[in-house]
Amino acid sequence: MKRWLGLGLTLAVVAAAVAAPWLAGHDPLRADFTSALQPPGAPGHPLGTDQLGRDLLARVLYGARLALFIGVCTVLVTAVVGGLLGLVAGFFERWPSTALMRLADVQLSFPFILLALTINAIVGLGLRNIILSLSAAGWVVYARVVRGEVLTVKQRDFVHAAAALGVGRARLLFRHVLPNVAPSLVVVASLQFSQFVVAEAAISFLGFGVQPPTPAWGSMLSEGRDFLYVAWWLAAFPGLALALTALGVNLLGDWLRDTLDPKLRV
Amino acid sequence: MRRYLVARIGQTVLVVFLSLSAVFGMVRLTGDPVLLFMPMDIQARDVNALRQRLGFNDPLAVQYARFIGGVVRGDFGESLRYRRDALGLVMERLPATLLLAGAAMALTLVVAVPLGVLAAVRRDSLFDHLSTVATVLGQATPGFWLGLMLIYVFAVQLRWLPTGGMGGPAHLVMPTIVLAAFYSARVARLTRSAMLDALNEDYVLTARAKGLAETRVIGKHTLRNSAIPIVTLAGLEAGQLLGGAVVTETIFAWPGLGRLTVQALLNRDFPVVMAAVSFTSIVYTLLNLLVDLAYGWLDPRVRRA
Repeated sequence: MKRWLGLGLTLAVVAAAVAAPWLAGHDPLRADFTSALQPPGAPGHPLGTDQLGRDLLARVLYGARLALFIGVCTVLVTAVVGGLLGLVAGFFERWPSTALMRLADVQLSFPFILLALTINAIVGLGLRNIILSLSAAGWVVYARVVRGEVLTVKQRDFVHAAAALGVGRARLLFRHVLPNVAPSLVVVASLQFSQFVVAEAAISFLGFGVQPPTPAWGSMLSEGRDFLYVAWWLAAFPGLALALTALGVNLLGDWLRDTLDPKLRV
Repeated sequence: MRRYLVARIGQTVLVVFLSLSAVFGMVRLTGDPVLLFMPMDIQARDVNALRQRLGFNDPLAVQYARFIGGVVRGDFGESLRYRRDALGLVMERLPATLLLAGAAMALTLVVAVPLGVLAAVRRDSLFDHLSTVATVLGQATPGFWLGLMLIYVFAVQLRWLPTGGMGGPAHLVMPTIVLAAFYSARVARLTRSAMLDALNEDYVLTARAKGLAETRVIGKHTLRNSAIPIVTLAGLEAGQLLGGAVVTETIFAWPGLGRLTVQALLNRDFPVVMAAVSFTSIVYTLLNLLVDLAYGWLDPRVRRA
């Protein structure tokens, strides 16, 4: 149940994002003042139009592209950076481990969204910078989990055996230890994904991150807020899309955890 | 216990110091700080005057020492916008945030913990399944969207509640629900799984075998033992309430710390940003310390370790 709902929702969002140009039927950026603020069900505009007459369905679909792009990029960056640092810290212990854990303590002393928001306000707006900000605030979870896993995995017999056979450190780390911590890495990545997507939307909602007119769900919600009295659909649909995406990916992540690594707590 | 306490407090002081340094580093090391601090419409010749006035012509080490020295005295400098003591502004907004976070926490404890306990005790019942659905939905629903939808239904359409601002108890209802939604979902899920773990233990079997009333088995033997993970998460997540407040307060125009931080970021009022972010981080770190100390109280094994 969990698996199929999660898989179904996630695939639906991916399909919507990939097929946006064919499904939308409108240019998400093209304004048409003669048909502004049409309610859902208006002819040619199933989800209605916004204050500039732009088609809401097209904007929500293109928003999926942006959300998934940002989510995937951030997860890749954080998984690689956090994973590598965690591997090194867990494998070599001593000072790399201590340094990493202190750094992790410091990062974890800021609420995630506040840290990402502040970094974003400092490094600047735009797509590249929002990915950078989310990554800078989010890598630490991977590093912690991977370090913890490496500490136990490297005590296992097959690692000792490989070391005794004269396998080099790098090979030991990447061929023998890494494959055994990979499942945890996958689980953390899937659980973090929706956090990143929602955080990006929150940051864009607050006026940082991705800027209008780019169709990002967060900035669409922010515009929709100004028209809440006259056009509920402007806030309702982008948020619904965001919630369904988060739901699908969360369910998928839960299922992955139950299957791959039931003991992991993130 | 004393050694544990001293070690933990020492570590906390170190983390606070490093976090303050991180705040300083974030703001000062990314390019020319004057470009961050200055208003958008400033004249070129004013830039140098401002740079001199804010002390950015001094060596970085001097600036750092001045910053840390100021923090120790509770001085984060003057707000560029309000021309007032930055920390004073933060303190002024603190009670509103504490009220909101406290209300959200209370709501969570009243709703989520009993929900999780009941779901675990009646595992696989209809109630358990419904509560699972509710928690999964609660975790997936973005707070700012939930907030806007609540405003639309209860403020715009039904006119039962005010759209925002701070005032009577009615003003507190929607922000509390929004802030508590995500938090409650996590606490309920964790309570359920911690209770299920504890229910499988031998001492529960023993307690039942010797004929203890079920309420006593659950209340005393199981709940007490599953308290550690619950307290950990509740404590750690309490810090996330401060993060959630950033968004929630903005939606409901709640005059708290989170909204002050967002406005300061939008106004590029960095003394206030530094004060607010540092303050949040210190509170967050102290919460972690309290959680750890609560462990020792709940589980004597931790004290000896």
